[in-house]
Amino acid sequence: MNVTADMSISADRSISADRRVSADISRSERWEHFKCRVGNFRGKYLVAPGLYAFGQPGVNDDVLVSANYKLSFDALRSELGGRNFWILVLDTKGINVWCAAGKGTFGTGELIRRIMAARLDTVVRHRRIMLPQLGAVGVSASEVRKATGFKVMFGPVLARDIPAYLEAGYKKTNEMSTVRFPMKDRLVLTPMEINPVMKKYPWFAVGTLLLFGLERSGIIFSDAWEGGLPFLILGLVSIIAGAFITPVLLPFIPFRSFALKGWIAGMVAVFLASLLPAVADVRSSLSLLAVTFILFPALSSYIALQFTGSTTFTGMSGVRKELKIGVPIYIGTVAVSALLLIVFKLGEWGVV
Amino acid sequence: MKYLANVATLEYEIEKCTGCRRCVEVCPQQVFIMEDKRARVVDRDRCMECGACALNCDFGALRVNSGVGCAAAIITGMLTGGEPTCGCDSDDSSSSCC
Repeated sequence: MNVTADMSISADRSISADRRVSADISRSERWEHFKCRVGNFRGKYLVAPGLYAFGQPGVNDDVLVSANYKLSFDALRSELGGRNFWILVLDTKGINVWCAAGKGTFGTGELIRRIMAARLDTVVRHRRIMLPQLGAVGVSASEVRKATGFKVMFGPVLARDIPAYLEAGYKKTNEMSTVRFPMKDRLVLTPMEINPVMKKYPWFAVGTLLLFGLERSGIIFSDAWEGGLPFLILGLVSIIAGAFITPVLLPFIPFRSFALKGWIAGMVAVFLASLLPAVADVRSSLSLLAVTFILFPALSSYIALQFTGSTTFTGMSGVRKELKIGVPIYIGTVAVSALLLIVFKLGEWGVV
Repeated sequence: MKYLANVATLEYEIEKCTGCRRCVEVCPQQVFIMEDKRARVVDRDRCMECGACALNCDFGALRVNSGVGCAAAIITGMLTGGEPTCGCDSDDSSSSCC
């Protein structure tokens, strides 16, 4: 190989054609992004780790670091149009920067390995590298500098603030370094709140139909349907209240506790649903009416508590506290509801 | 938006602060501000215990019991007796986080 010293640090030498990326997001990529939001497609949406050339970067251009979840990588690409960068992609097993940093895969060790493997010191002349701010959860800037000589700068939280950050001379405004959680962001997360619960709904439905269909003479299907319909509807209502309404209206529902927010949303939704003719039958029995207002708001509360995993501001100590108080209440609620339903069935059968 | 009050485990020893600003740079919740060339905690209740400040404070001025603020992860941790971890990298991806 006859490589001159100058060639060895030029872009064309160190990056093969398939490692060049642009800001253009294709139609099929947009469809893939949608699929990431609604289902398991996200689990295998990866970019190969390593160094990429964005535009026509030279030896003085900045190096950005990204996760290898393609949705994150594409978010970065789409915001950088018209500029030249190097993008160093870490192997985060297809997980976004923040979550991966929490697990340590977007971490100090992986970053050092990738800097070495890409021989970054031969690709650029400067010694600075820019990480998304949320990567700081997993990356110790001083250790990276000790091991590689590269100075880590934690840039803005969002890729779209990178141009402004660079123009300001690598300076962040408070706005750029704060994680916000606007309604639009909360809304796109709701399908992944609803899907997992809906997978369990058929079990709830079977249980409900069995309960209401069970007669002393056997299982009566018409009774199952007629008697069970209100609970089937209430089940759906509490899922919607906990997994959709609570996340979307999060700051507008009183209290900071997610369990309380979910309970309030559930109570309101169950009350409104109980006015429907198809649900009004629950009023025929005091036990059923009690279960309606004890069990279903609690279900909504429990589902809403799961949203803590998707938010940008809930900490572990807080969630632990909610669970410590909440779990015994949820278990108690289920036990009381089961007792009330037994009383209801015994009454229906004329035993008591 | 703020989460529960008086639960964050963030501890800060101002005597050890050298004013390097790293904590201000990495905190996603604006818990710190610079005042008289030192960092000051303006609102502990905003802390979400992500751990970025403690990891990046080279002077050991910050400590926080960091971890995932995710109910599913903590419940799994309670049931298995291990540390809370989210199931984001598991194959079924049924977990809601990440």
